[in-house]
Amino acid sequence: MEPFRVHTGLMVPLDRANVDTDAIIPKQFLKSIKRTGFGENAFDEWRYMDHGEPGVDNSKRALNPNFALNQPRYKGATILLARKNFGCGSSREHAPWALQQFGFRAIIAPSFADIFYNNCFKNGLLPIVLSELQVDHLFNVVMATSGLRLTIDLERQLVEVPGGEVYQFEVDDSRKQSLLNGWDEIGLTLRHVDKIRAYEQSRAIREPWIFPEQRG
Amino acid sequence: MPESVPGNAVAYNPAMRSSPQSTPQLPPQARPRTLYDKLWDAHVVHTESDGTALIYIDRHLVHEVTSPQAFEGLEINGRKPWRLKSILATSDHNVPTVGRHEGISDAVSRLQVETLDKNIKKFGVGDYFGMNDSRQGIVHVIGPEQGATLPGMTVVCGDSHTSTHGAFAALAFGIGTSEVEHVMATQCLVAKKSKSLLIRVEGKVGGGRRWQPTAKDIVLAIIGKIGTAGGTGYAIEFAGSAIRALSMEGRMTVCNMAIEAGARAGMVAVDDKTIDYLRGRPYAPPAAQFDQASAHWRSLHSDEGAVFDRVVELDATNVMPQVTWGTSPEMVAGIAANVPDPAKETDPVKREAMERALQYMGIDPGTPISQIKIDKVFIGSCTNSRIEDLRAAAGVLRGRHIASNITLAMVVPGSGLVKRQAEAEGLDKVFLAAGFEWRDPGCSMCLGMNDDRLSPGERCASTSNRNFEGRQGAGGRTHLVSPEMAAAAAIAGRFADVRDIL
Repeated sequence: MEPFRVHTGLMVPLDRANVDTDAIIPKQFLKSIKRTGFGENAFDEWRYMDHGEPGVDNSKRALNPNFALNQPRYKGATILLARKNFGCGSSREHAPWALQQFGFRAIIAPSFADIFYNNCFKNGLLPIVLSELQVDHLFNVVMATSGLRLTIDLERQLVEVPGGEVYQFEVDDSRKQSLLNGWDEIGLTLRHVDKIRAYEQSRAIREPWIFPEQRG
Repeated sequence: MPESVPGNAVAYNPAMRSSPQSTPQLPPQARPRTLYDKLWDAHVVHTESDGTALIYIDRHLVHEVTSPQAFEGLEINGRKPWRLKSILATSDHNVPTVGRHEGISDAVSRLQVETLDKNIKKFGVGDYFGMNDSRQGIVHVIGPEQGATLPGMTVVCGDSHTSTHGAFAALAFGIGTSEVEHVMATQCLVAKKSKSLLIRVEGKVGGGRRWQPTAKDIVLAIIGKIGTAGGTGYAIEFAGSAIRALSMEGRMTVCNMAIEAGARAGMVAVDDKTIDYLRGRPYAPPAAQFDQASAHWRSLHSDEGAVFDRVVELDATNVMPQVTWGTSPEMVAGIAANVPDPAKETDPVKREAMERALQYMGIDPGTPISQIKIDKVFIGSCTNSRIEDLRAAAGVLRGRHIASNITLAMVVPGSGLVKRQAEAEGLDKVFLAAGFEWRDPGCSMCLGMNDDRLSPGERCASTSNRNFEGRQGAGGRTHLVSPEMAAAAAIAGRFADVRDIL
């Protein structure tokens, strides 16, 4: 996983509440057995004028000029500004894959759906919760300022608007450390092999039916 | 309907329990715990200084869509599944519901199913209900049906509707593919404990009345009340007389949609219904162990005086048959209501969402719900495809026929065993005589990863769980309802009050 330390990048506003994972990456693209190739179809239904299918050459499809991500002023954006309950719906990790492969490194919103929030951290994508007021303010600033580039400092847990506000955000320390260092979470867990084995032994005594393979 | 202030902890009131429980008395020094506390505590392997824990996973359900990259990750890193017997796998999202013996025509769908077949063989998973197995079905239907979901378990699956299994007093929640790989490799997950939310649903739902709100009506009413983010950050326990009165199938329907209220996990305490349901199921403890197991399971309820972070109450007697009118499950109303007018909404973000939803749905503000005409009817999905759901729909349809404007009405049973049971009861004949198609099991038109989809502009009465834009097919318009309301809509060709038909 690519580490996340300090990132400065262009921000694009997506002014809708309850953006669901079906909208982030429509179901037809979930049929892939790979982990890559989803970026071109992020927000497919909103981003293109026609209906997308896997295997289609997306460079030949007409873009929806009204969709924020297609507007020239936001080209190359790496920070997504969103409304509440972003990423609700299914558990598909294809949603953070699509956003990350589109080029995003961070998403700022007043709230995120739990599973989506969790999935982001596994993919070097930082979800940042700010208050409704702060997010409102950022929407105003980003609409009014062409080429607004924010700086996000994970170590110090800060979002900095150039020449303006500095916002502090919360993040669990273990998630922060994993992201700062780009750690392999499975590798980290496997440091506890002995504890897992000991847990299994005591559990098998208390609830033997959980481990039918141990039945004689 | 009173509600506690969020963050204002509320103690559990034992008077809410409708039936006496034979639970062992706790020693007086023990802190009263919620059901969620008990499930969490029993699975903690290790805790980090920031409260993040390693929790042990008992049951891992696997399907073809969210597993290929996880198996690939294991292989690349030279890792093996930690405990093969924890895995129960099936193909459900991509499978055709007609002509299955001819295979899958869509090459991309076929590759995904074949990839699971291969991974099952390569990694040596023993419990796999492949596409042509008689026990195949929607993963959240077959887990409980097989007795593979047991009280006191942690149950995960790369699918958000894993919350379904909480109906058995299991801690069950959906995970992403990285976590699927993590569970396969370590039998554990890194997690932080959620806050607790008690949703208490009281009200006589038997009581000699001809109609009673179904589990679907109750859960849609809950989502309408607390919103799709109302449960975010919480694990929900559903309790109260109306939940107790539900069958296990009904409780599964309620827990299934906990995620639509934003909560990863929903759960219901163990009672006699839970234990009776499980006895004799293939994966349930054998007879020699069953009494020991059920004695333990009976401790799986919230203790008297246990403290919840938040409590919400709903009176089930006031719940009417529910129909969603928008593109989020919280956009829901009773059948006798009119579609709300965004102009009357004061919150600008909400107003804009309502306007966008009504535009997408092609409905004018103020339209009576009962005047909305439909094109298709879908009875199925992990929310409502169990035998009880099919009985309820067939009960409405018996001796009646779908309206002439309905272009397709289909029933997709949740599993091969549900299908066989329904056929043994003659339900298939009722559906066929009414003009429905009787299909093979799978996720089908809940999300249209197979060929079962809505075309742009088509409107569907659906017993599934999500009415998001494009969910059932690009441009398709979904209205979520109960199985009996779907049947009533099929007969009328528009939404109709099932209470007038029964």
